[in-house]
Amino acid sequence: MNAPLHLWLIPLLPFAGFLFNGLLGRKLPKALVTAVALLAPLASFAVVLNATATPYLHVAPRCMPCGPPNWGYITLPYVETCPLGWINVASLHIDFSFVLDQLSLVMLLVVTGVGFLIHVYSAGYMAHEEGYWRYFSYLNLFMFFMTVLVLAGNALLMFVGWEGVGLASYLLIGFYFQKKSAADAGKKAFIVNRIGDFGFLIGIFLLIANFGTLTFTDITAKLDGNPLLQGSAITAIALCLLLGATGKSAQLPLYIWLPDAMEGPTPVSALIHAATMVTAGVYMMARTHVLFDHSPFALSVVAIIGGATALFAATIALVQTDIKRVLAYSTVSQLGYMFLGCGVAAYSAAIFHLVTHAFFKALLFLAAGSVIHGLGGEQDLRKMGGLRKKMPITFAVTTVGVLAISGFWPFAGFYSKDEILFEAYTYGYIGRFVWFMGLLTALLTSFYMFRLWYLAFMGESRSPEIHPHESPWSMRGPLVILALLSIGGGWIWKLGFFDFLAPAVGVPIHHIYVLKADFEYWEMMEHFLSIGAVAVAVLGWYIAHRLYAQKPAEPAQIAAALPTGYKLLANKYYVDEIYGAVIIKPLLAFSKYFLDWVVDVAILGGIAWLLGGIAQLTGALLQRWQSGNIRSYAAWLAAGAAVVLLFVIVQWPAAVTTFFDIHLHGLGN
Amino acid sequence: MNSLLSQEVPLSWYLLLSALLFALGIVGFLIKRNLITVFMSIELMLNAVNLSFVTFAQMWHAVKGQIFVFFVMVVAAAEAAVGLAIIIAVFRARATLAVDRIDEMKL
Repeated sequence: MNAPLHLWLIPLLPFAGFLFNGLLGRKLPKALVTAVALLAPLASFAVVLNATATPYLHVAPRCMPCGPPNWGYITLPYVETCPLGWINVASLHIDFSFVLDQLSLVMLLVVTGVGFLIHVYSAGYMAHEEGYWRYFSYLNLFMFFMTVLVLAGNALLMFVGWEGVGLASYLLIGFYFQKKSAADAGKKAFIVNRIGDFGFLIGIFLLIANFGTLTFTDITAKLDGNPLLQGSAITAIALCLLLGATGKSAQLPLYIWLPDAMEGPTPVSALIHAATMVTAGVYMMARTHVLFDHSPFALSVVAIIGGATALFAATIALVQTDIKRVLAYSTVSQLGYMFLGCGVAAYSAAIFHLVTHAFFKALLFLAAGSVIHGLGGEQDLRKMGGLRKKMPITFAVTTVGVLAISGFWPFAGFYSKDEILFEAYTYGYIGRFVWFMGLLTALLTSFYMFRLWYLAFMGESRSPEIHPHESPWSMRGPLVILALLSIGGGWIWKLGFFDFLAPAVGVPIHHIYVLKADFEYWEMMEHFLSIGAVAVAVLGWYIAHRLYAQKPAEPAQIAAALPTGYKLLANKYYVDEIYGAVIIKPLLAFSKYFLDWVVDVAILGGIAWLLGGIAQLTGALLQRWQSGNIRSYAAWLAAGAAVVLLFVIVQWPAAVTTFFDIHLHGLGN
Repeated sequence: MNSLLSQEVPLSWYLLLSALLFALGIVGFLIKRNLITVFMSIELMLNAVNLSFVTFAQMWHAVKGQIFVFFVMVVAAAEAAVGLAIIIAVFRARATLAVDRIDEMKL
């Protein structure tokens, strides 16, 4: 018997906070706005913790050899369904149902936990901003939609959350809407995501057409019944879902909105555009993993996209000078890692990297926010330097974040990145290929992160006129907690994360056939690969050290020696320009010349004119009827009476029958 | 001797006469300009209907038709009183009874 967990409270509490602050916040004192805004996600986090703790509080000790852990009091997946249905059409039934399983539990802990920390940080970071209440109501709205997305038991409810976080993201990117670049960035994010959402929506339609249900557990059950089932329909569905995921998770070719999204406030970049929302694509693929498992082709596409994005974004990050842009491209790159993990069917490794990335990337963004805050809004790395003495705590936590993302032992990033690379290595030819891409990315990651570190914190200040100050404790507190998580977060893998997630995301087939078969070889190989990955990270550090600490003049020389390459990277491969020329310009021209002039003015305008003309003409004719002359009305009355009389007197049925008889007979001859 | 007079007039003749009178009334109502003539046409139509009422009453041996005729007569008398009063008022105000000229409510 399951005890009620009240999952519905998890999204609804932030929603209440959103309504309260959104409707009343303008008039209320700041302290009350802050209290409501922070309590809502904290309460959600408490509900999630309760859900997490319940199984452990009430079970007998776990019994490892005898199959899955004995959950006892709560059996996962635990489902809560709204008694009122949502959509009931013919055989299609869609409910408002929330599902708690191992996957959504992990994701919820990250979303509400990291989300709450970032709320706390925001209270300090946004303290002096206009529209404080507006900011927090949007942030709570985001928490609402994100938890709906995570808890959704069917694809349509997930889509609701999916669109909702897109809305919250749009609102928060454009938070400084007086700034044109911010408003434009918000629109860009929204429109690019629309392309991905189109894919997701088509995927949903295909799911209905092929499975007749959108409930994840039903789809899993239907496919698990046929382990060998493959087919173009499943591949099509998987590719459509992948398109949706590339939009939300900023992968090639739809990644272009994420770097621009840095126009929003920095805590938003940390929460939405690094830790939680952008990982929704990875989460969605893990949720629908059975579809991908049944389509090796789609899986390979995922792996290639992930590897390519990881490498591509990392190269751009090498030369960016805006501290937030470096982190943005780094996020795209790390999301590529997660896709790579999904692409080699290592969903638990991908989710693991999602979790650790949420820790260290939120940490890095918040630390960057602390730097920007301390420097009074300066984001250019070239104007920083020497901050380690002025902002010791920010420096310390950034160091932790840099070490974690670069993959140094024993930081969280080491474990997760390593696991993904190892899983890729074991996964056939495509796996080896993306493994190599991943390794190269690791080198670049280590380099550009240490570059940022050296430029911002080491050496002497390059802008002596700015007097940086350390941030308040409301900002330092979350930084320290996230730093601790970035150090220790990797150990959850050692605590049996893989086994824990296995019921929700399955075990890759090659684990059974390849890894179990030659266990000792692969165990040795894993250590070997780990050493290789760390060596690569050290190499990246060494290069950064050499270029930015020992010979600060050299980067400029290298850039001068390779003008084409440098320009290509500095301009982000001109992707925005290419999209502008290939897609946007033709679209605008098509809209203007064809849609506006031909369709709108000529065709639609013509039809409207024609209809109006017909109505006017008819009116002019009928006008004469309404003469106002009583006697003509009386004449019509008499004529009408005569017609009615005729109708009554004549034996219509017989007459009509005769008429038709003659007519049909005539035709017959 | 079977003269024409000794024979009963068939009931259908009464109906035909009634229809004829009604049609005359309609035509008069439509084409005449003088308000009094129009009014008389209406009376003619009413009486045509009265004729058909009594005819049918005779035909079906039902007294209802006869009774209805009295109702019609009462209404027609009332109508004549009111109508003629209106006509006199109109004539006093406009000095004409041509229906086409009195097409405005306002005096």
